[in-house]
Amino acid sequence: MSAFKLDDKTRKEFKNAESNENCLKCHGQSKYSYDNPESGQVVFRRMYSEAIVNRDLFYESNHRQFKCTDCHAEDYDTFPHPGRLRMETPYACNDCHGDDPAYEKFKFMQIEEEFLASMHSTKHSEDFTCWMCHNPHTYKISARTEEKIKDIVAYDNAICLNCHGDINEYQLLTTKVNPNIIKKHDWLPNQALHFTSIRCIECHARTSDSLLVSHNIQPKSKAVKRCVECHSTNSILMASLYKFSVKENRSKTGFYNGVIMNESYVIGANRNFYLGILSMAMFAIVVAGIIIHASLRILKRKK
Amino acid sequence: MAEKLYLYPLWLRLWHGINAILILCLIITGVSMQYSSPNFNLIRFDIAVSFHNIAGMILTANYLLFLIGNIVTPNGRYYKMTFKGLFDRLKKQFVYYTMGIFKHENPPFPVIKERKFNPLQQFTYVGAMYIMVPIVIITGWAYLYPELLLTKIMGGGGLKVNDFIHVIIGFFLSFFMFVHVYFCTIGATFVSNFKSMINGFHEPH
Repeated sequence: MSAFKLDDKTRKEFKNAESNENCLKCHGQSKYSYDNPESGQVVFRRMYSEAIVNRDLFYESNHRQFKCTDCHAEDYDTFPHPGRLRMETPYACNDCHGDDPAYEKFKFMQIEEEFLASMHSTKHSEDFTCWMCHNPHTYKISARTEEKIKDIVAYDNAICLNCHGDINEYQLLTTKVNPNIIKKHDWLPNQALHFTSIRCIECHARTSDSLLVSHNIQPKSKAVKRCVECHSTNSILMASLYKFSVKENRSKTGFYNGVIMNESYVIGANRNFYLGILSMAMFAIVVAGIIIHASLRILKRKK
Repeated sequence: MAEKLYLYPLWLRLWHGINAILILCLIITGVSMQYSSPNFNLIRFDIAVSFHNIAGMILTANYLLFLIGNIVTPNGRYYKMTFKGLFDRLKKQFVYYTMGIFKHENPPFPVIKERKFNPLQQFTYVGAMYIMVPIVIITGWAYLYPELLLTKIMGGGGLKVNDFIHVIIGFFLSFFMFVHVYFCTIGATFVSNFKSMINGFHEPH
């Protein structure tokens, strides 16, 4: 989904786009050039991959209205950048969001609590920051904005796979061998379908009633492995993946209209309320008919 | 009392017995899955899924046996429907079932060698065996290969449409089965129709 046509004209609508372009003209691409006053020549250099910011993704992200120097030092305005800036400590989410009442509904403080209790934080301590999963240049909330479950799933799972599917990223934090995700999930029926329909966190994070997205990633011993946890009338997906749409659309009859109308498919969880009542009634009538008939015939025989 | 008629050959009785067991297994496991909950399961979910899948596969093979049997033996002719005057015949049988039977009237379409089913039976059996069972089998097999169903149909996923068809037809078939069992008790005696399915002979009224 893209709400913006990210051509040059549209980008200019973002209030800091023009000043950001001073940074992005180099950091927005894989190579940059500068006039070397020593040699008097124009020099081309490759941009260090970690320092590349994708313009399109940035202007779709939640931070798109920011000026680069809102978060980075003003000294970055000069080129070449002073060497000490390499040691700059980036902001953490709660440096901005923690006390801001405008973001209260997102419950950043509670997210931090959950994150600190999670495997990611307890195993890797301060080495593991919010940025490991949420790139501040590209991050956007998806669970509330995307209409298609599949898009939410793809976006969120890509966050996990960024490390769990990439040995170079994974080994920034650990010397362990990155487990083969496909092999580890061999037991899962219709594996490919599960991977594209369900977020990793549905099984690997503790469900939270008060948060839309749980950040408390559990050890693998506590991962959901019972099919029925999802494939049931009380599916945990109702409290996680479908939470937002169910909350928005649930009707008083308990008929999961919001879920029925989207792309979800989970046996049991999406049973039709009215069909259930109808089948129960028909079943009761037939059973009653059989009992009455049998009783009458037995009574008649006795006479 | 009229002669006993040998209407149900061995292959048909075997097919019918296997079909009955499989359908019961499919209904019980299907209902268990549909109404599953982490706190209570009629049958543990993964076991219900396995049994449902296996029973569905055997049912497919058994259904092919039924089709072949109806092609190579005379049994198939009982399912050949004549549409002309069908409504009147259905009405006549319906009136008999709802009123005539209680007044001890003679059945309008008694069982004879050439006519095993009365019009209502024929209509429902053809609907069940030649329309509903194939649909439930096809949608059931489609479930086993869900990646083939990931196409968009009318704004929803293919799986959901398949789900609704499978569950709704499954529901009608289970309903058919209960009514079928119920009507079997309206034989010469309460159990005579059940006996027929064991010895092959139809016991007339």
